[in-house]
Amino acid sequence: MLSNLTSRLTFLFSGGTSLISLGWVDSLIIIIYFLFVLGIGYYLMRFTKTGEDFFMAGRDMTMWIAGLSFVAANLGSLELMGWAASAYQYGILATHWYWIGAIPAMLFLGIIMMPFYYISKTHSVPGYLKLRFGEGASMLSAVSFGFMTVFMSGINMYSMAIVMKVVLGWDIHFSIWVSAITVMIYVVLGGLLAAIFNEVLQFMLIWLGALVIPIIGLIEAGGWNNMVARIQHNFAGGDYTHLWRTLGSFQDNPMGIHWTGIVFGLGLIISFAYWTTDFLVVQRVITAKDLRSAKMAPIIGAGFKMLVPFIVILPGLLGLAVMPGLVGEKEAIATGGHSYNEVLPLMLARYAGPGLLGLGVTALIAGFMSGMAGNVSAFATVWTYDIYKPVHLRVKKNEGTDAHYVKIGRWCTVLGVFVSIGTAYLVQQFASIMDYVQALFSFFVAPLFGTVILGMLWKRCTKAGGFWGLFAGIGSSIAMWAWVKIDPSAIKIIALSEYAKDMAENMYRALWSWIICVIVTVVVSYATKPKPDSELVGLVKGCTEIPSEGHLPIFKRPIFWAAIVFAVFLALNIIFW
Amino acid sequence: MVGNKGISIWFFIGTLLLIYGVVITAANIYELAAPSMDRVVVLKEINFGIWWGILLVIIGLIYFVSFRPWKKKQ
Repeated sequence: MLSNLTSRLTFLFSGGTSLISLGWVDSLIIIIYFLFVLGIGYYLMRFTKTGEDFFMAGRDMTMWIAGLSFVAANLGSLELMGWAASAYQYGILATHWYWIGAIPAMLFLGIIMMPFYYISKTHSVPGYLKLRFGEGASMLSAVSFGFMTVFMSGINMYSMAIVMKVVLGWDIHFSIWVSAITVMIYVVLGGLLAAIFNEVLQFMLIWLGALVIPIIGLIEAGGWNNMVARIQHNFAGGDYTHLWRTLGSFQDNPMGIHWTGIVFGLGLIISFAYWTTDFLVVQRVITAKDLRSAKMAPIIGAGFKMLVPFIVILPGLLGLAVMPGLVGEKEAIATGGHSYNEVLPLMLARYAGPGLLGLGVTALIAGFMSGMAGNVSAFATVWTYDIYKPVHLRVKKNEGTDAHYVKIGRWCTVLGVFVSIGTAYLVQQFASIMDYVQALFSFFVAPLFGTVILGMLWKRCTKAGGFWGLFAGIGSSIAMWAWVKIDPSAIKIIALSEYAKDMAENMYRALWSWIICVIVTVVVSYATKPKPDSELVGLVKGCTEIPSEGHLPIFKRPIFWAAIVFAVFLALNIIFW
Repeated sequence: MVGNKGISIWFFIGTLLLIYGVVITAANIYELAAPSMDRVVVLKEINFGIWWGILLVIIGLIYFVSFRPWKKKQ
């Protein structure tokens, strides 16, 4: 009976040409997953009564739940599909986005910045800016974050729809709507709590579903050394398996980037900007139940983040070894072949038997949905608290009730999902999903990091300095992007080399926009009057008393675990140098 | 879960993994006994699905038992 039902559903869903067809067991696994996430949303609805519950998950999360959610919210479609494709395109260089492009920033968030986010009891990053710099910088940040969030969400949906098209033959529009409506239902019902709980569930499924590929792939390739040998044989002359060795020149590596771009653009600006000020991820850790948990959550997240390349980058490398011949999207369409953007589902189809295929597809869907839910729940919080609430206060001349804001938050979730759906169709116009997202990061997040870090660590920084620095950073970033679009030869000025490629351009643009933000902030701050120290308590280093951890045994101190994670990070970079 | 209220998320995870483990193990044993798959799977002979299904059952059981809501609190 169940078999007939799922077979029928498989038939119903699988109209059109597909890479593979799901068996009834695979369909059953996917259906169970959807029932579970919806059930969790429905179950958690009873715990989501107040604004604190809906937007901040009651600020009651353990360090493990907050930490896993912190990583899972980022483990969306870009992580799974995009970086596996990038690994096929650029080789192991893609790992930089997981290691130097994440780990130091996550540890910095946990040890240095989290106390200020947590002690200020802010509900969002724009909320922190409002406390520190007033409404101007907060509103600018909230609006830019809102744009970026819906773009990200649209990218998630588009990527998911591509996977469904390739693997199952599902219609792109059908996939977009099914996933979007499911996420909308459980976030509307259970708010951030449902998003976080499903993210933890999705994190487990992503690992258990995606690990199948590297394990069987390494068996087929004959281990790491044989895999490297096969890649060298398949792509003679290219170096796809060294992290740093080829970064001495723009021309020596497939990414067309120099080590300065990776270290300064990615490692010091983009990663710090994303992991310490992007509210999508920061929201997960400020829900922790106490300060130590809030500090430990990003450190736990960093530990798991270091391992993600084994389920994302390694499948791309294995693809280079056992499945050479994948090409770019345009060439694939022209020749009827497969694109490297499809490498992950192709590898899944290659290795996964009955049920495992369903689990692998569920892992992909879970990744997409966790990313989308993260975007939508963060969007609802920022839109409600940082954009709607100040406007409501100004127009109505009174604070709305808590119940009113919960209601608005639920409607914002619906709005966010529908705007994201529209964005998903826009994303199809861009040749490279990853490059597009990097461009977005450099527009908004890199300058925001300049503003937040100066606001937290420099008490002389003023309200006007914060606003104009952020404004100049975003404006200059968009201007540089437009310049290269209008005159491609400008890349040799922006990215320091005519051989630089899109990724390199994004790295350097982020670096320049951050520097411009910092310079303008400092200059304007010195020209304007700072707030007295008494108004900066809980917001700025030097004016805030951070609770001591001296009484804790060493293995319970966040700094101890941060040191361990950093040592492993260094070791991995040396091993794969 | 939410403070000390309700069912732990780890119980939900344990339940889901347990169900998945049973389904995958059974499906792969059945496939071994009566092959019916119409596509080529590389290294099919190592029966990875059976081992992975058993692993899911073990992980699922650990979470299911450890975080069961009817467990007496100390």
